[in-house]
Amino acid sequence: MSEGHSTYTPKTGIGRWFDARMPLPRLVYDSFVAYPVPRNLNYMWTFGGILSIMLASQILTGIVLAMHYTSDTTLAFDSVEKIMRDVNSGWLLRYLHSNGASFFFVAVYIHIFRGLYYGSYKAPRELLWILGCIIYLLMMATGFMGYVLPWGQMSFWGATVITGFFSAIPLVGSWIQELLLGGFAVDNPTLNRFFALHYLLPFMIAGVVVLHIWALHVVGQSNPTGIEVKSKTDTVAFTPYATIKDAFGMLVFLFVFAYFVFYLPNFLGHPDNYTVANPLKTPAHIVPEWYFLPFYAILRAITFNIGPINSKLGGVLCMFGAIAMLFLVPWLDTSKVRSAVYRPWYKLFFWLFAADAVLLGWLGSQPAEGSYVFMAQMATLFYFAFFLVALPVLGLIETPRRLPNSITEAVLEKNKGGAGHPAGANAAPETKG
Amino acid sequence: MSATETHDPNRRDFLYVATGMAAVVGAGAVAWPFIDQMRPDASTLALASVEVDVSSLTPGSSLIVKWRGKPVVVRNRTEQEMKDGEAVNLADLKDPIARNANLPADAPATDANRTTPGKEAWMVMVQVCTHLGCIPLGQEGDFGGWFCPCHGSVYDTAGRIRKGPAPENMAVPVFKFISDTKILIG
Amino acid sequence: MKKILTSLALLGLVVAGTWMTSAGAIAEEAHNAAAPTHFPIDEPKEMSWSFAGPFGTYDKAQLQRGLKVYKEVCSACHSMNLVAFRTLEGLGYSEAQVKTLAAEYTIHDGPNDAGDMFDRPGKPSDHFPAPFPNEQAAASANGGAAPPDMSLLAKARGVERGFPRFVFDIFTQYAQGGPDYIHSLLTGYDQTPPAGMVIPEGTHYNPYFLSGVSLKMPKPLSDGQVTYDDGSPQTVDQYSRDVSAFLMWAAEPHLEDRKKTGFRVLVFLALFGALVYMTKRKVWADVAH
Repeated sequence: MSEGHSTYTPKTGIGRWFDARMPLPRLVYDSFVAYPVPRNLNYMWTFGGILSIMLASQILTGIVLAMHYTSDTTLAFDSVEKIMRDVNSGWLLRYLHSNGASFFFVAVYIHIFRGLYYGSYKAPRELLWILGCIIYLLMMATGFMGYVLPWGQMSFWGATVITGFFSAIPLVGSWIQELLLGGFAVDNPTLNRFFALHYLLPFMIAGVVVLHIWALHVVGQSNPTGIEVKSKTDTVAFTPYATIKDAFGMLVFLFVFAYFVFYLPNFLGHPDNYTVANPLKTPAHIVPEWYFLPFYAILRAITFNIGPINSKLGGVLCMFGAIAMLFLVPWLDTSKVRSAVYRPWYKLFFWLFAADAVLLGWLGSQPAEGSYVFMAQMATLFYFAFFLVALPVLGLIETPRRLPNSITEAVLEKNKGGAGHPAGANAAPETKG
Repeated sequence: MSATETHDPNRRDFLYVATGMAAVVGAGAVAWPFIDQMRPDASTLALASVEVDVSSLTPGSSLIVKWRGKPVVVRNRTEQEMKDGEAVNLADLKDPIARNANLPADAPATDANRTTPGKEAWMVMVQVCTHLGCIPLGQEGDFGGWFCPCHGSVYDTAGRIRKGPAPENMAVPVFKFISDTKILIG
Repeated sequence: MKKILTSLALLGLVVAGTWMTSAGAIAEEAHNAAAPTHFPIDEPKEMSWSFAGPFGTYDKAQLQRGLKVYKEVCSACHSMNLVAFRTLEGLGYSEAQVKTLAAEYTIHDGPNDAGDMFDRPGKPSDHFPAPFPNEQAAASANGGAAPPDMSLLAKARGVERGFPRFVFDIFTQYAQGGPDYIHSLLTGYDQTPPAGMVIPEGTHYNPYFLSGVSLKMPKPLSDGQVTYDDGSPQTVDQYSRDVSAFLMWAAEPHLEDRKKTGFRVLVFLALFGALVYMTKRKVWADVAH
């Protein structure tokens, strides 16, 4: 599909001049104008575009915030307040950036769950999925370091907890921890390097995003049926069809984003972060930002030793293991059928998994005591069981529903009973080749 | 587009034009805060005004105070310096405008317009050369005023440019005497 | 096989459901009145604030009264380091009034040309001076606990609302947890602790306190303590509402601008979204999908 020849013909003199010297407009045309996409994509497929604009927004707001922020422990908190109070539109830029991080994660979780549901990770899209997992890891690192920068109580104590993980590693743990901290505890060296790295990592993310889109364009989008594109009638040109649909998806997302930025700007945050960091006073409940809560719950669920592995190390290993599970998904799932639309049992377990993820998130926000501990342990067990048991076993024993022969057939079947759209074959979608 | 298009193409264009225009307006509204945040913020604009105690300045002595990040010279001029300043013919001046923030923008550069009424001995100027920003040296140069070592601009006893590449007289900031011995700049 | 999977799934759902409902009950715990483990003992009272909701605005008269309460009562112990006098124009004062207000304060400045520190009257560009020279002096003068700075207090305090209230809060735009907490705390003194509760020496029982049964700050407000020029009631309740509103302003001076801009943005996005949707429908009209 990607090997088809380019149909770009520059219409202007400047266009021809440029094209002869650097085929950049050609690349943009081939990738985002003429590029064929399945005609049956639903709005779950708009989240890639949404993520791209959220990345751009975070980078732009981040750069202008960096013009006013100071990363010294004695100045950081006050510099953020200066942004909020004195810098023109500073409050807006700050709230865009802090809520933007949350909404970046909202979008990425929907994007990931879309992939899990429709089997977008299956061959030949395994590398695409892996690149996505790498982006997710980089996002988590960036978000974690960014949260430290305002130097509030949660900034400081969250950093203390996370960097404390590394001391769980036997033998070299303390050495690694001191290397990361630049000292014996979270302090000025830590804050300064987190600022430098927080500025750097988004550009790494952008680079991996380019690879991610490249890998996508080689194999083409999957679609809700999970059946590969077989003919021209299966697809439409990216522009104007996907472009305008992406635009609408982005606007709906931006509406919800704006609602939080302007009316509930501190809803997703924690009041304790409006108190300046105090290394001598721990807050009553240390909680990470909401997007880390499921993994936090898994971390705290391991309260017992497993053989030579003590509970602290066990918790850290399970937490990282939970993220690592994502990387293994293309090889854990044995099903020949891609999309959960045609996999009724997998569909059920998918939704149970989604509920489990929400449950883990809620548990991460509660104190680790009483019955919450047992619930977290059961929820953690189910989390790993989904990847290590459900994915392999279901593919082998499940009877999928009857698959349509092609995307075109699926669309025609769907429209047969519907309003009088002209048959899709009459339209003349453009394809690359 | 589909060949079965039946409705009026103008109606379709209107929608596209309206959507496109709304997009442009939206983009502009989004871009504005990013540019606006680079303008000086409220704490910077909140003026630093500087209060200077000049009771120690005898005729012929100066002091320099920092105001808005720049050096401002306060000089109690000698009788001779005042006479020299008043004697200058306006037609000889390279820059005939007073450059005094306390006066209208077109006020001529008479010695009186370079100082304040009742306190004509006192020069209060931003001691920054109007050429490329160096700090001229006081009581130097052919006119007994200031001399800029960077490119040779020469100012007279009223801080007006007389020779050299500087285009304008040195700026007189907003100031006033709030008492006989205290000046408020800014 | 299908039966096994069906029953497993159902079992899973039943168990999950039981746990979720029981967790709520177990979390409540047998409430041992004399030795509570979760604070605050009482949830903050939900007040109606003029700045609440999508069209909320500050009541400037209330803010001015709140400033008076801060100046005459709270500022003896609590700093407000991040608030500059010039921002008080947001309370409805003129530039001249702000200058006068600032000049009432003594600001420690320096060094001068002789190398000495000196005192001078305040200017609008100055921030509220702190009552203590540093954190340690503040703690030492107050029984070991430094009174917190008040610049952000209204955003730095909040009580977890729990499920499902936090979901409803998204739609009601409840963002007043801080002022509600402060008001409840200030009016929550003078209650008798339950029998058997141990109140440490030098602290004061307050069931609304976030971190324990009692706090070091004694009841700061009493009736008639501050004279109001506009005839508002001179009661603890009124002082408390006014100072809580003022502290909300101190923490979020741009609140009105934010909500006003938000309205315009959301209206624009709704209209633009409708246009884009109509365009999308038009573009896709003759394409089966």
